[in-house]
Amino acid sequence: MHEWALAEAVITTVEEIVEREKYEEVFEVSLTIGELQQIDTGIMKFALKHLKEGKLKKAKFSIKMHKASFKCNVCGNLWVFNKNKFNEEVSEAIHFIPEVSHTYIKCPKCKSPDFNIVEGRGLYIQKIRGRK
Amino acid sequence: MVDPRISIIDGRLRGVKDIIVVSSGKGGVGKSLTASVLALILTRRGYKVGLLDLDFTSPSTHLILGVRGLNPTEDKGIIPVEVFGLRHMSIVYYTKDKSTSLRGEDLSNILTELLAVTGWGELDFLILDMPPGIGDTTLDVIKYISRSRFLLVATPSILAFSTVQKLVDLLKSQNITIIGVLENIGRSDTALAKHVRDIGVKYLGTIPFDDQIEGSIGNVDKLFNTEFASSIEKLVLPNILEAR
Repeated sequence: MHEWALAEAVITTVEEIVEREKYEEVFEVSLTIGELQQIDTGIMKFALKHLKEGKLKKAKFSIKMHKASFKCNVCGNLWVFNKNKFNEEVSEAIHFIPEVSHTYIKCPKCKSPDFNIVEGRGLYIQKIRGRK
Repeated sequence: MVDPRISIIDGRLRGVKDIIVVSSGKGGVGKSLTASVLALILTRRGYKVGLLDLDFTSPSTHLILGVRGLNPTEDKGIIPVEVFGLRHMSIVYYTKDKSTSLRGEDLSNILTELLAVTGWGELDFLILDMPPGIGDTTLDVIKYISRSRFLLVATPSILAFSTVQKLVDLLKSQNITIIGVLENIGRSDTALAKHVRDIGVKYLGTIPFDDQIEGSIGNVDKLFNTEFASSIEKLVLPNILEAR
């Protein structure tokens, strides 16, 4: 599962921050995940729980999802991602590499493939709460 | 706000002994062909090899190898396609070879995502096939994989050399190892060798125009029998292996 690879990245990064900022113990890690990633949060939380150890052993991981939206670079149109428009194969492709949305999505107004992903891409560590 | 993908890249490449980046300032000089044939030759020599196509808008290594009907699998990440004994990864498995136009930030995100989630396992060599130029992807490879060694490809044209010279300047300024410059579609009377030596880079030799190549695209057995493949084996392989 792709979620395991991302969970491993989260744990590695949090461990680096804990080391650098001299945390004794971490209570909570807040994550945001873009809708385009189409992450299964159940698997993600399971993977994080399985991988956390040491100063992260008791940490809770909270996940907030961000809706995906796009802005056309040609006509300026703004629109939101609708995953129901795609079959399983395309959804899987966008799940693994969200930028391939440029392959399958066009501006609904002018049909241009030249758009920016305004929100809803990626996985970020927003906040770490713990004892130093 | 921290992007956790960056921290895992080193770990994902931990099992990879050597990373060879096939690059050029110019398009159409034979980078993808060089990268693909080099990967095949190393595999045939018994090395464990991966080939990662980083030309996200115009990937072509899948066409050169003739990959059809295969897809990466999942096991706590993405496991590359195994083809002709080498591990192959390309955006084409997700775009299905459809037109995909991307701006700079997208290119960086794809590279980071692929490096963060692809499980290469143990490899002797990972060959990176680069897009032309010294833009986002080149800068990201230098930033994230500074132990990479660059193999540069040029044609006899002064236009190709001019761009390679800029790439050499960039790599030298960042203390990145340059294996040398390979001349493709060469002639016997070109000045490229002198130009390359004048900028302090090793000239690996010239591969003449090979009219068998076009008919060998997508057929690995035919590719092995081309003068191009023999030249890669003779000119490039010793330089790759000797510095290890």
